[in-house]
Amino acid sequence: MSEFNGILTVTVFLPALAALVILLARPLNLEDRVIRWFAILSTVAAFILSLVVFLAYDRVVGGVQFIDHLNWLSAETIKSSYLLGVDGLSAPLVLLTGILGLAAAFASRNIELRVSEYFVWLLLLESAVMGVFVSLDLLLFFVFFEFEVIPMFMLISVWGSGRPRYSAMKFVLFTLAGGAFMFVGIFAVYLTGAVDSLTMVPVPELGIVGIADQIAGVDLIAPASLIFAFFLVAFAVKLPVWPLHNWLPDAHTDAPTAVSVMLAGVLLKMAGYGMIRINIGFFQETNGFTVHDAAGILSVVAAVSVVYGAIVTIRQTDMKRLIAYSSVSHMGFVLLGLTAIGGNTAATQHGGINGAALQMFTHGTITGLAFLVVGMAYDRTHTRHIPHLGGLWRRMPVIGIFFFVAGFASLGLPALSGFVSEIMVFLNAFPVWPWAASISAFGVVLAAGYVLWMIQRTFFGSKPPEGGIPDDKFEELTDAEPLDLIPILALTIPIFVVGIWPKTIVDVFKIGIEGILR
Amino acid sequence: MASELTIWLIILLPAAAFVINGVVVRWIPEFAVGPYRLTGKKSDLAGWLTAAAIGVSFALSFLALIKVVSDGAQQFEMHTWIAVGGVDIGFGIMLDQLTAIMLIVVSGVSFLVQVYGIGYMHGDDGYTRYFAYMALFTASMLGLVTARSVIQLFVFWELVGISSYLLIGFWLNRPTAAAAAKKAFLMTRFGDFGFLLAILYLYSNNPSWLDIHEMYGAIAGGMMAISVASWIALGFLLGAIGKSAQFPLHSWLPDAMEGPTSVSALIHSATMVTAGVFLVARFFPLFEHSDIMFLVTLVGAITAVFAASMALVADDIKRVLAYSTVSQLGYMMFALGVGAYGAAVFHLFTHAFFKAGLFLAAGSVHHAGGTFNMRYLGGLKDHMKITYWAMVIASLSLAGIIPLSGFWSKDEILAHAFHAGTPIGTVALVLGLLAALMTAFYMFRAVIMTFHGEFRGGGDKEREDIEASGEEAPEGLEHVHLGESPRTMIVPIALLAFLAIFIGFFTNPVFDLGVVNKHAFSTFVVERNVDVFVDHDAQVHAGSEPEFDALIAILSTILAVSGIVLAWRLLTKPGIVPIWVERTTNPLQTLFKRKYFIDELYEDLIVSRGFYSYLAMLIDRLDISGFDNVNVQLYRWTDRAGRALAKVQDGQVQTYGIVSVVGLIVAIVIFVVVAQ
Repeated sequence: MSEFNGILTVTVFLPALAALVILLARPLNLEDRVIRWFAILSTVAAFILSLVVFLAYDRVVGGVQFIDHLNWLSAETIKSSYLLGVDGLSAPLVLLTGILGLAAAFASRNIELRVSEYFVWLLLLESAVMGVFVSLDLLLFFVFFEFEVIPMFMLISVWGSGRPRYSAMKFVLFTLAGGAFMFVGIFAVYLTGAVDSLTMVPVPELGIVGIADQIAGVDLIAPASLIFAFFLVAFAVKLPVWPLHNWLPDAHTDAPTAVSVMLAGVLLKMAGYGMIRINIGFFQETNGFTVHDAAGILSVVAAVSVVYGAIVTIRQTDMKRLIAYSSVSHMGFVLLGLTAIGGNTAATQHGGINGAALQMFTHGTITGLAFLVVGMAYDRTHTRHIPHLGGLWRRMPVIGIFFFVAGFASLGLPALSGFVSEIMVFLNAFPVWPWAASISAFGVVLAAGYVLWMIQRTFFGSKPPEGGIPDDKFEELTDAEPLDLIPILALTIPIFVVGIWPKTIVDVFKIGIEGILR
Repeated sequence: MASELTIWLIILLPAAAFVINGVVVRWIPEFAVGPYRLTGKKSDLAGWLTAAAIGVSFALSFLALIKVVSDGAQQFEMHTWIAVGGVDIGFGIMLDQLTAIMLIVVSGVSFLVQVYGIGYMHGDDGYTRYFAYMALFTASMLGLVTARSVIQLFVFWELVGISSYLLIGFWLNRPTAAAAAKKAFLMTRFGDFGFLLAILYLYSNNPSWLDIHEMYGAIAGGMMAISVASWIALGFLLGAIGKSAQFPLHSWLPDAMEGPTSVSALIHSATMVTAGVFLVARFFPLFEHSDIMFLVTLVGAITAVFAASMALVADDIKRVLAYSTVSQLGYMMFALGVGAYGAAVFHLFTHAFFKAGLFLAAGSVHHAGGTFNMRYLGGLKDHMKITYWAMVIASLSLAGIIPLSGFWSKDEILAHAFHAGTPIGTVALVLGLLAALMTAFYMFRAVIMTFHGEFRGGGDKEREDIEASGEEAPEGLEHVHLGESPRTMIVPIALLAFLAIFIGFFTNPVFDLGVVNKHAFSTFVVERNVDVFVDHDAQVHAGSEPEFDALIAILSTILAVSGIVLAWRLLTKPGIVPIWVERTTNPLQTLFKRKYFIDELYEDLIVSRGFYSYLAMLIDRLDISGFDNVNVQLYRWTDRAGRALAKVQDGQVQTYGIVSVVGLIVAIVIFVVVAQ
């Protein structure tokens, strides 16, 4: 049986196709402006497609939809196939990728260096990330997951600032090391006799049984705990989880604005997605070890990530580095939510994982917005060193307002989306791991500390008398242009929508997570 | 009659004013007077819009009150906000006696302050922004008092916090304002941490208790263990201490006076800071059920005296009022602690009016004198008669002079403490009486320093002096123009002073007064609130209004009068505190003026040194030279190993030759050795 819907294949490969067109058009020596707008329009198209996928996903029917299925080789030769599809877990993340891709492309309007190459890599990056979220085949998932490293390396090392080569290489080494673990994990699953298909979820339309069902109650070729750990390490590096987080501040700080937006916005979410899909999805009924056994230790790691990340954040003086460390803290909430799997009621498990998934979505938009507006401010002031800034509000109130929105969403202000996901995580993690949840909740107080401190030192008050921007330059600083509002609003609108009416996203995640929990 | 929609409208109208002012009015070129100025033209549109929206809310609040008076407390249906797994968070309206009173207080005072603000803020660059924030605050506060679910309450609680942050930091290019705003938000958030943990603990015990109505039922039905209630109450208390600026989280409130004076009047005296008291009142059955009522009493009583002592020496009239607010909130808190629920809410009610009046009068004083520093004021009574008399009336009310409103509410609290008959009640009574003496003194010290004696130069003179000492004059010092303030400012002040005269006695008389029954207010909030006091014993306990106690009334009046006389005798001639008093009480003065060194303790010692420079620095260093260094070393060793191994195949035939010859020799030697 085969099915080919097409919409997901188009959504995934549209940016890559646009990249190919830009490459092929190079001999024509097109103007930079043309290339820019062509690339931007292709991300707009990808965004519209992702929105269609999200809205058209049938919430009553549920399950996997928009299936694209092709066999690479005959199914006997290799247990893997080209299989795309979305369920409730991936649909919102596809939308998130569409939004962030659009924002990143618009935020790259001012790139002057090697324009066509830049957009080729940026578009390939979007395709790779989109591919991760819609692949239902484990091997395909791995291919997309690893492919994303190449555009990231190029984007950081060529268009970055600070120590771009160092940071780009660090990113690559960490990710590939993690990827190697995952690869071994995939092999272990593949070589297990009972497994005859690497499809991650059951697809009844094609008569496919998911891996979780295939390995339930079966002896794997290696201890289940070991295979679990291999997958976990790969995702823990990417999320990132303390103490594997050190690549993140460097990569973020040195990456160009749009790349930071993509990195914070969607790349980290691939890890959370992998944890839910694989670590939780596969290992609930395995022999000898299940994910529930790991929840306790992971809750401790999560609490450490949250508080450690927040405390280090408070010490940062570079705005981008500060936001990068705050991501470590906020992704700790994702892990904390996932540890609710250790709870003994389905309601708690469900709520916690849902909170974690929502935290991924909200963090994507919030931190994406934060990097975006900090990047805009940096383009104008040419410094991100907080002691050199101050009083920016007077010159750029519009950027300031959205900086406020991102900051307050990040410290969990109600009516903005961060609050909803954090309260869901806390409410469900607390009954299971009261101490870890309580300690993590203190991260919210620390978050208020670093956010308000940064706002006070950069946008409030007045320009520092020494070391800052010269007076004449300061008076020439300009606010956001009308076109800048497009990426800003693309990220701000979801923050308000989810904050005020969380059902828009939660009700979709809910369907997916119901399918994964057993 | 008030339907559910009416209550939602009370909240949504100000919210709509916020959105319209913030999103539309501010960006219309003709009206834009914020920092993103497109034209310089000013308009009062935003002010009237906010005032009108809140005015309608005020009118609707009366409908709500009438409904409660006629039909009693009621709950409206919960609407689902998030429902997933075990989490089912709903939003609904709880309309009981407490809510009805709070709606009147919040919307009423807010309305008057908005009208005042139209004049007071006229010409300010951030005029539209100001009214947008004020509308946001009012909507959040109204949402807070109507919340039926604990989460809903927490949501509005935080929104109130952010409005306060925005308004304290309203003049955002003043570094002091930015710092004060941050301090206020952080300190209250520290309290909110307790609130949040209490919610989590509550939820983990029984998710349905998130609905306050159900929680009342569970307590009444004996379904909640006392230890559980105590832990939850402790968390709520911590939240209340932060929000209501109680000791030891009080130090943000005096700094919060950096915002416009009308903001202080509304937010940092009459309404927002009462949210903590409201929280304890809202969960009063929980607190009664818990073991920590003594803690509530203690915190309140200590705060009442502690804050009053700092007000004795403050030179800034707004700071005097700020400390006074903290002290009066302490009264309400200890009233709740000794079980005097009705008296606490009653004092919250009367205090809101006279304290708002005092702050607005202080703003009027600044309008004329150009400064809040009383050392540079004086002699204003002939220039601004209405402000002067309003200030005197409100001060008398605050000091607790019969028959003004403050007397009745304060007396009821003290009588309750007296009749509590417990050691902790006696401690509270003594501290309460001491605070009464201090209150009378510091208020009349302020009145005399501001309005009597000679005018000492105002903002111009202060600026001169500061600049003469080589420092930079702070912003906020204006030129002197002696004279009464414009009508939009004076009318609200006069109205509030008028209310301060009779509102206490006419709502809660000590004997039947024609149409109003004895203790009508307290009876209304307590005895008819069957929902809060499902437990019959609690109802009887809290509802038993002690008879008007002549002993306490006379004692507190004597103390108040002696406070006023003392202030009069000491100050009236020189106009400011005489040198000999300053000299003899020097160590105490220093202690009070430096605020018991609490700011130094928290900000310098704990946060700046202990946390930032020590703990956070260590962890930051650990991150770089510990964890990150492992990565770098790992990379370096891999690199070195790779380079070393690369030499094995560097393609040099000579090297290969040498290695093979050496290898051959070594092999031969080994063979020979082994063979032997």
